[in-house]
Amino acid sequence: MSTCSVSKGCFVFKPSPKKRKLSQKTVNYFRERNNASEDTDVRFVTCQSLWNQIKLETEQIQEDLNKQLFDNLVSFLRQSHSEFQEKTTEWTCRMKSREIPTAALVLGVNVTDHDLTFRSLSEVLQNNITPYIALLEAKDCPGIKNLMQKLMGQLMNCYIDVDSLEDEDHMQVSQNKIRCSMTSIISWYQNVTKKTDSETPSKKRTSSSRHWQSPPVVVIFKDMESFTTKVLQDFIVISSQHIHELPLVLVFGIATSPMIIHSLLPHSVSSLLCIELFQSLSCKEHLSTIIDKLLLTAQFPFKLGEKVLQVLINIFLYHDFSVQNFIKGFQLCIVEHFYSQPLSVLCCPLVDAKKRVNSLSHDQCENIRRLPSFRRYVENQASEKQILLLTADNFLKEITQKLLEDLYVYHENYVSVLRCLHVFTSSLPKYPLGKQIRELHCACLENRVWETEEYESSLQLARMLNKSDLVTMLQQCVEIFVSSSGKEFDKTIEKLKEFLTQFQELEAEAFQEQDGSVSAQKELQKKTDLYHLQKTLLELKESRRSKKLTKFEMLRFEVVDYVDSLVRTYLVPADHKTLHEIMYFNTASVLRGHLNAAPRVALHTALNNPYCYLKNQALKSDGGNISNKAPDICIVYKLHLECGRLINLVDWLEAFSTVVTAVEGPNTDAASSDQVDDIIHARFIRAVSELELLGFIKPSKQKTDHVARLTWGGC
Amino acid sequence: MPNLEHPAYPAATLLHLESLVPCRESQVSMLLSIFGERQQFSFPSIFIYGHTSSGKTYVMQTLLNTLQLPHVFVNCVEYFTSRLLLEEILIQLQSCSSETEQTSRVPCDNFNDFVRLFKQAVVSRELQDQTLYIVLDRAEQLREMEANILPAFLRLQELTDRNVTVVLLSEIVWELFRPNTGCFEPLTLYFPDYSIGHLQKILSQNHPPEYSADFYAAYINILLGVFYMVCRDLKELQHLAALNFSKYCEPVVRGEANERDTRKLWKNIEPHLKKAMQTVYLREISSSQWERLQRDDGEPGQLKGLSAHTHVELPYYSKFLLIAAYLASYNPVRTDKRFFLKHHGKIRKTNFMKKHEKTSNHLLGPKPFPLDRLLAILYSIVDNRVAPTANIFSQITSLVTLQLLSVVGHNDQLDGPRYKCTVSLDFIRAIARTVNFDIIKYLYDFL
Repeated sequence: MSTCSVSKGCFVFKPSPKKRKLSQKTVNYFRERNNASEDTDVRFVTCQSLWNQIKLETEQIQEDLNKQLFDNLVSFLRQSHSEFQEKTTEWTCRMKSREIPTAALVLGVNVTDHDLTFRSLSEVLQNNITPYIALLEAKDCPGIKNLMQKLMGQLMNCYIDVDSLEDEDHMQVSQNKIRCSMTSIISWYQNVTKKTDSETPSKKRTSSSRHWQSPPVVVIFKDMESFTTKVLQDFIVISSQHIHELPLVLVFGIATSPMIIHSLLPHSVSSLLCIELFQSLSCKEHLSTIIDKLLLTAQFPFKLGEKVLQVLINIFLYHDFSVQNFIKGFQLCIVEHFYSQPLSVLCCPLVDAKKRVNSLSHDQCENIRRLPSFRRYVENQASEKQILLLTADNFLKEITQKLLEDLYVYHENYVSVLRCLHVFTSSLPKYPLGKQIRELHCACLENRVWETEEYESSLQLARMLNKSDLVTMLQQCVEIFVSSSGKEFDKTIEKLKEFLTQFQELEAEAFQEQDGSVSAQKELQKKTDLYHLQKTLLELKESRRSKKLTKFEMLRFEVVDYVDSLVRTYLVPADHKTLHEIMYFNTASVLRGHLNAAPRVALHTALNNPYCYLKNQALKSDGGNISNKAPDICIVYKLHLECGRLINLVDWLEAFSTVVTAVEGPNTDAASSDQVDDIIHARFIRAVSELELLGFIKPSKQKTDHVARLTWGGC
Repeated sequence: MPNLEHPAYPAATLLHLESLVPCRESQVSMLLSIFGERQQFSFPSIFIYGHTSSGKTYVMQTLLNTLQLPHVFVNCVEYFTSRLLLEEILIQLQSCSSETEQTSRVPCDNFNDFVRLFKQAVVSRELQDQTLYIVLDRAEQLREMEANILPAFLRLQELTDRNVTVVLLSEIVWELFRPNTGCFEPLTLYFPDYSIGHLQKILSQNHPPEYSADFYAAYINILLGVFYMVCRDLKELQHLAALNFSKYCEPVVRGEANERDTRKLWKNIEPHLKKAMQTVYLREISSSQWERLQRDDGEPGQLKGLSAHTHVELPYYSKFLLIAAYLASYNPVRTDKRFFLKHHGKIRKTNFMKKHEKTSNHLLGPKPFPLDRLLAILYSIVDNRVAPTANIFSQITSLVTLQLLSVVGHNDQLDGPRYKCTVSLDFIRAIARTVNFDIIKYLYDFL
């Protein structure tokens, strides 16, 4: 939530009544479908709190990632005009033409994420540099006039926002009456800065400490690419003439590459700018951090299944590069999970989950018994226990608690071991298991990773690592395990440390061995007899070939085997775990339907199989044949699928009337058939024009009474 | 060298004026003789043109200020509508001499109002007995305003019946101004470019106080030697001179050379200036970065210019969409069969192409193509099946907003939009390399 206050502090926000009503409605919506289960309210609340946690976390991540960039920008803005304010008398400053300080901010092609970045940027600037910030978008500024209007509106409003209580009369100057020119902005600026100077220091102490005497005016062009050249050029020319009176700073938001500045502005204009480049973090790195912090952690009970995660990542990599969309997709998964899975009530921190298990209703217990993973579990139990599990609710609850606990432990261990495995695989040549940890994660979720070929080949490669790499990797693994919260890793850490000490011992031994080999060589030099020399050389060669594995190689094998054993114990795919349905959202098809809409496919389905959308029993067909109960447009569509590129309208009408009259009476005989009913004719024409509206056909001039198909492919 | 002479003005003022406008004496004396004495009516409109930074604005401003002639100076780029322009003239007129009086805003919507208000203002300001000068800088903008503005300004003297002269300053010739309906012909005056000697003289005039004029003149000589080939813009040269001067002085400051050691100084500064021409002059790196580099004695190589960052990261399908668009833009339609069908048979380039296709398509530039063709090519160049989802279509639109594609024709034409691919061959090759697609094999020009 945002406040209109200039200072930092604690603010109380009373929830507005409207909002509460809204959430009440959502609860009702949650309730509607699953009226059988009474846990809907709890589920809704859990879902909300979980989402809020995740939202906070993502915002924090975003802030951390942008910190570096914003710091640079802030220092640039601080410097931009101070230089001229300090030493205007110096010769160089007099002679240099005064350029407009400009920050070229390269943000990457994920335009949907930029809004958030700009919002936090303007917040940061407002807190640190200046209250005068204007954010301009290309769609608001088709001409220089609109641009000036927008700019003045934003600047003067922000002024009013700052101290709205003090001068109400300022508000009365409506925007339309002010002349939209640079001179009015300058006079406004002089007014504002003079006022802050003359004001009593006690009143303005906070603001004057943060902003200096004449804070710069920052104009941010959000989407540089979309601005027209003329508008930009005019604005820059105008403002460069007044740079002495108005300390202006421009920020260009660039999505592609900074080259666009040169292609948009001619040299005569770009020479008025003093452009510095700032580059934001790439969106791929941003996503990796998000995945790292949201998915590869035991902090949140909710988990994504392999297919769902794949869908989200694919949309990101193939289509939009938008981290915001990824988070939105994640949110959708959460809502969908809590909405559709009655047992999701248990998807909460372990302590709460245990309590909730105790208060489960009989229906919910039945729901547990119906879970496929639970059935598999029951089948593996002894027969009397099976009966107990299937009949006694209390016993079931007890077991469920235990199983849930297992699941939590599994998660904790899973993350650490996954990271450890990633340390090994990410340094192998060609990355058989993927470079990113998310790929490894997907591979592990999909099925038993140790049964895959890629895993086999990466173990092979790991067995050939050199010592220094191996040692650093082991050290990294130790760090991961030490920092992890899992309790079972004490032994593992010990074992790994033992490996490390063994490697160190090896090093010491290696020195001695070197001495040994040197002495052998010396012996070699002593031999002067040709025959003896040959003999010893042969011996040496022989010994090298059949040489046993060195100690280092033995140790390396041991290490790799140990890692392998860790993987086999801890990286079991989640859907092999009992009760995984509670935590994992796995219905990828729903998600795909929502996020990756296919309008053409949907249209085809609607026209080809109207039952899919209309749910009318009469329309249910096995496909192939055309039912005459379907809407006219469906019949016409199906008939047109059988045609070539050009469709004869007369033939089409005949076929249509045949289909429509087919059932109405087989007894009404051929007498009426050669004369098409007027009503049918009208229906046909309407259906055809509807099809034309949808863009499947268009009138053709090649042949009379023919229309052209615009789509290809038949039924 | 013509000395300025005019009976109406004191000789001292004229001498001062002459020192302020070096190398423009003939133009100034010409203007003075056109202007005549203060109370004399002058020519109704004067049109002054000349290349960028040939001193048009500067000369006019100095002339009017030094001789204290009543004038109004307006930049037509800044006042971009006729209303703003006219109001600005009136406002400046009001505040011309009486600074204390608070100017009241007068709404002035059309030229008719302007003429009325202008007469009032002139009367109230008691300017009847002097010529008032209205200078319109960047006058080419007037052509984009209402059609009556330019002709009306040209005969303002006649319309208002007052002693007023309108001076238009522009970088383009008068022939490009003349409206179809004809108008009053102004007196045209050409300001020629400064020659290298002029530039040398003007630039050397403002030497820093710490160093002698000769020293600075030598520096300017070297500077012009490097930059005169690419840049004759006086302002830009002055800026560059100020930026690089500290580097030139370095040996002197360190005591390695004295001020007369021109050869040593030249050896020191010349490579530096050449580097400046490739970087800071092109605004590849900003002048403040350049100064920082100088101060820290760093190599300019470590700071990458703007054009070094050409790489654009795109989503996977966007890359293929762009490649498909490029192929559609530069390949003739008839060749699609040959490139994208499996059994196209052997078609030799020579007997296959028409005469006009023999010229390289890359020389002719991108051609527009319909959406269907783009999608058809996309489906055949992507290995796995691509579902025609809404995301694919929105990606095309994003490529348009990123200016990598451009829409041909009107935006509102929903059926059958046509596009052009606007990226360069180098760019598309870099993109294609990231997805392991050999684009050269698919381009008709490189067959």
